[in-house]
Amino acid sequence: MTTAARLPWDHLQPPAHQVVAGFDVERVRADFPILAQAVHGHKLVYLDNAATSHKPQVVLDAILHYYQHDNANIHRGVHYLSERATEEYETARKVVQGFLHAGRASEIIFVRSATEAINLVAQTYGRVHVGRGDEVLITAMEHHSNIVPWQLLCEEKEAKLRVAPINDQGELIVEEFRALLGARTKIVALSHVSNALGSVNPVAEIIRLAHQKNIPVVVDGAQAVPHMAVNVEDLDCDFYAFSGHKLYGPTGIGALYGKAALLDQMPPYQGGGDMISSVTFEKTVFNKLPHKFEAGTPHMAGAVGLRAAIEYLNRLGLDTIEAYERELLAYASEKVGEIPGVRLIGTAREKAAVVSFVMNGVHPHDIGTILDQEGIAIRTGHHCAQPVMGRFGVDATARASFAFYNTKEEIDRLVEGIQKVREVFG
Amino acid sequence: MADLRDLYQEVILEHSKAPRNYREVKTADHKAEGYNPLCGDRFIVYLQMEGDRIQDIAFQGSGCAISKASASMMTQSLKGKTRSEAERLFERFHEVVTGRARANGDSAELGKLAVFSGVSEFPTRVKCAILAWHTFEAALEGKQESVSTEG
Repeated sequence: MTTAARLPWDHLQPPAHQVVAGFDVERVRADFPILAQAVHGHKLVYLDNAATSHKPQVVLDAILHYYQHDNANIHRGVHYLSERATEEYETARKVVQGFLHAGRASEIIFVRSATEAINLVAQTYGRVHVGRGDEVLITAMEHHSNIVPWQLLCEEKEAKLRVAPINDQGELIVEEFRALLGARTKIVALSHVSNALGSVNPVAEIIRLAHQKNIPVVVDGAQAVPHMAVNVEDLDCDFYAFSGHKLYGPTGIGALYGKAALLDQMPPYQGGGDMISSVTFEKTVFNKLPHKFEAGTPHMAGAVGLRAAIEYLNRLGLDTIEAYERELLAYASEKVGEIPGVRLIGTAREKAAVVSFVMNGVHPHDIGTILDQEGIAIRTGHHCAQPVMGRFGVDATARASFAFYNTKEEIDRLVEGIQKVREVFG
Repeated sequence: MADLRDLYQEVILEHSKAPRNYREVKTADHKAEGYNPLCGDRFIVYLQMEGDRIQDIAFQGSGCAISKASASMMTQSLKGKTRSEAERLFERFHEVVTGRARANGDSAELGKLAVFSGVSEFPTRVKCAILAWHTFEAALEGKQESVSTEG
């Protein structure tokens, strides 16, 4: 990564510690107005990006611009603004299509969140294809949002939820997963990246194994898309879900990618306007893809904001982001890991920039409060992944999760904060 | 500005490290579980009543320093109290940790529990301080399902 062309701001780059060429973190930070504030008298250090990430000014501007200039209801009016709003919304869909490298824009369904995307698949594809005695296979590192929708489905259909185990590093045990792929397995659902551990799953291999048995795979990409380039066609996944708000976009918008051949056959998720092509009291004809799955007035401004976020990330370059975050992760793992009495939870070889840890004799909640007083925001608790906590024999962890706008200086602040925790607790 | 030393007072840290009455009461006639799943705090409170009086009270479980110290000091304060005295103490404690009353003037009644007044500066930690108390109340009332102070 040292051969990039000389950029106008290269001379501003601090030479010592930012070795990803062409990436000037201070310049990037200036794009995020929320970062420039003090919390409890200290400069904010925001390390809770896996919960939600901050929004660059271009995203905020895009949302404001939409409401100031383009707002109208979509797909219905003949008037000018409705046409504009429709175009904005459908352009956003094309941008998401490009971002995921999907074959067609109609394979992108706008939803509220990754959670809603997974529920959509469970309640449509799942209800049709999973029957009594069938199985749904997930992994032991799933977020509750990729457990509970399947549990509900299995309960309704008297099907079984099977769970592929993970090892002590927090990696999926692929052989065990393969052994659990049975004749009754109707759906495989797994996270691309674990929110609690940061582990990156070998999704391409998993999908290949599942497809050998003609089992479709649902990938929860909520924690993956902010950190790496994703190509759903290369992966050959059947469904891919993500949320906008973890991707530097607004809350309340997310997307589901589904292969057109599958989406076409699926029943609708919710009924209402926009998802129909004609309605009488006797018979309703559903709209074509993707509108069949988008009942009611959607979150147009959210889609516009999401588009702005994706375009922003594309300008920075996902490869650059990945390389820079890898440096942050290596630095944080080393510095936090070497603090006496600290144990890292989740040490997979393939990891996104998440450092989950516990401390001897100190509950994560107390760590969180003390760090907060130092202006450092981390997440503490079970991270909506209680089975993961159980696997590692802890009730909760403290989790620092990084974004490309974080710096090594902030990691130093985190380490100092943890040392302060030790001072308080002796 | 809130000061960490107001929250993590020496007495609180000491109780969290070496909790008192941390044991099962085999002969308990009342028992309840308190569980805050978001934090991962989970305690069982055991009660042995003698008529209207708390003859023995103890707890077990795990949680943050605030919840554990609160449970420990609660057992010390409640031992020997009548039901109505205990309920009144809980009320006072609740007022103080939520900042609705100051501990100063009336602190004789609260006794050592006044050290928890610092919690009121940390609204997200109130649920930790009151978990054991709600669990105690549930035990008194004979509740079967576990209680929570989250949400």
